[in-house]
Amino acid sequence: MSAAAPSSPPADVILDVRNLVTTFDTDAGTLTAVDGVSLQVRRGRTLGVVGESGCGKSVTALSIMRLLPQPMGRIRAGQIIFEGEDIAAIPIEAMRRIRGGKIGMIFQEPMTALNPVHSIGRQLSEVFLLHRTRDRSEALRLSVEMLTKVGIPSPEIRVSEYPHQLSGGMRQRVVIAMALACSPSLVIADEPTTALDVTIQAQILDLMRALQRDLGMAIVLITHDLGVIAEMCDDVVVMYGGRVAESGPVDRIFRSPSHPYTRGLLQSIPRLSTPRKSRLSVIEGMVPGLADLPPGCRFQNRCPHRIGACASQPTLDVVSSGHEVACHRWRDLPVAAEVRS
Amino acid sequence: MSAPLLEVRDLQMHFPVKEGVFQRARKVCRAVDGVSFALRPGETIGLVGESGCGKSTLGKCIVRLHRPTAGTIRFDGLDLAPLSASQLKPHRRHLQMIFQDPVESLNSRHTVGDILAEPFLIHGLGDAAWRRRKVLDLLGKVGLPASAADRYPFEFSGGQRQRIGIARAIALEPRLVICDEPVSALDVSIQSQVLNLLLDLQREMGLSYLFIAHNLAVVKHVSDRVAIMYLGRIVEFAEADDAYRDARHPYTRALISAIPEPSPHRARERIVLAGDVPSPINPPGGCPFHTRCPHATERCRVEAPALREVPGRPGHTVACHYDLV
Repeated sequence: MSAAAPSSPPADVILDVRNLVTTFDTDAGTLTAVDGVSLQVRRGRTLGVVGESGCGKSVTALSIMRLLPQPMGRIRAGQIIFEGEDIAAIPIEAMRRIRGGKIGMIFQEPMTALNPVHSIGRQLSEVFLLHRTRDRSEALRLSVEMLTKVGIPSPEIRVSEYPHQLSGGMRQRVVIAMALACSPSLVIADEPTTALDVTIQAQILDLMRALQRDLGMAIVLITHDLGVIAEMCDDVVVMYGGRVAESGPVDRIFRSPSHPYTRGLLQSIPRLSTPRKSRLSVIEGMVPGLADLPPGCRFQNRCPHRIGACASQPTLDVVSSGHEVACHRWRDLPVAAEVRS
Repeated sequence: MSAPLLEVRDLQMHFPVKEGVFQRARKVCRAVDGVSFALRPGETIGLVGESGCGKSTLGKCIVRLHRPTAGTIRFDGLDLAPLSASQLKPHRRHLQMIFQDPVESLNSRHTVGDILAEPFLIHGLGDAAWRRRKVLDLLGKVGLPASAADRYPFEFSGGQRQRIGIARAIALEPRLVICDEPVSALDVSIQSQVLNLLLDLQREMGLSYLFIAHNLAVVKHVSDRVAIMYLGRIVEFAEADDAYRDARHPYTRALISAIPEPSPHRARERIVLAGDVPSPINPPGGCPFHTRCPHATERCRVEAPALREVPGRPGHTVACHYDLV
């Protein structure tokens, strides 16, 4: 790991994760869930982090928020530079002031983010009381205002209701209201719409886009759904086996993916344009667990293009400005047969 | 046209909702509220809708995990709806189900070999050696190694467990398999493997599927015809390609436009529906969709539309008062 002072990132980079390594102590020994991940989020933009179960996308998010399960989870190396400060190194008390303040969080299951025995108004007020005001009635007024912003009908009545009285979509709106209460400059959203029905997902994604337009926060959107990435994100990081496989602007990654894993994923999804009942192309093998990742390139045992060199870990190569890929063979691969669109 | 393998008519599954100190049933949850359709041999019908639309309940009624409160389920000419458990047993082998979560549907204390031999045992087929041969044969069919027979379900990944679930469902060479969200719990790179397997098995064994899922792209890929459900009713029914290219019900259109497609900068216009799906315990009167419909009129609030054929499109039915362009 480079211990040298970080070279300063471009001015518009709000979050700069450098060579993050996160491990978990388990009965089976120490497992490395995130293995040297670097990513950058630009001010007011949306970065997608996509991958399958166990790829390390959620652990990356938990590391950034310093919410790793204790005492098993630990950041072993790397820096997480948020607005110029390495938040991987600050005391946890200082981090608590940042969470819910400058960094907002949205999780997959709103019921776990909300306290079932407290009213919506009380929970939302708490955020304001912690970060903005000491006056309870002022906090409640701000809460009602925030609920209006996230499109909750009759917010004056809703503040006195409890989470179970709301639908899944409405609960997620409340969680978004809490995340945005203190006008954060960064929001980390981990599978924010995965638990929702598709028409409700459309509402929530619309809402997030509109709020970003109005409030200008940057978003890190973690999801397994490439469709959500395509619709929401400016840039994307594709993760596999705890590492970055490929990253770059969404347009380029979807139009001309360079990593065999990204290509395989994009080609295997059935789309509305795929001929019915035709054979889907597949990625052979299984999604590996952390304990049985191959050495060298993590993807080598499922990769149709594997060669001897894949036994060593590939570094990130620059494909074009902003587009990077970790593959020994990306130059040799046939030009991506323009992934169907 | 061949006689239908399955013919569902006016099927109703109303659950009593118990309330109050005395747990008296005061309300009714209309999970399935008058559904009719016919499935041809070898055909796949996709059943799509959001949570609470009744699609899973409908599937469970057809395999008679529920006893429907009204209507008929004619399977190969025989109405299964009124049959008792013992009367059903000889017919069960022709009618199997695959569940979303293979973990919950497999007994974790039995080896995979035992799990797969069980259907033969229940129906008193063959001796131990014959059953063992059948088990190995099944494992091969679903792409698992013979060694899997002596291992336990928890030793397998999600995708492999779903293969085990599929092997069990096809063990008795059923004619109809109800697939209830068979790939939605799987990783993206595994979903396509399992979908290919289901399509291969259909071709090899001449299976018919009722394929229940919320992912429209997946449903369209595997289905010949598609039924879109909303609040316990079918609101549109059409050839799969037509349902997506030429949807006539405003709900179908909204549902299709809401799918995030993995291609940036698509040109499609998105219809975002306001509000939530109403509860099937107290469904709105008139057209069940009128509370969210961008085209609703006074008539829609009062009068429930019946399924009717779209003019000039035989077999394409829609439950809407209007002919949307």
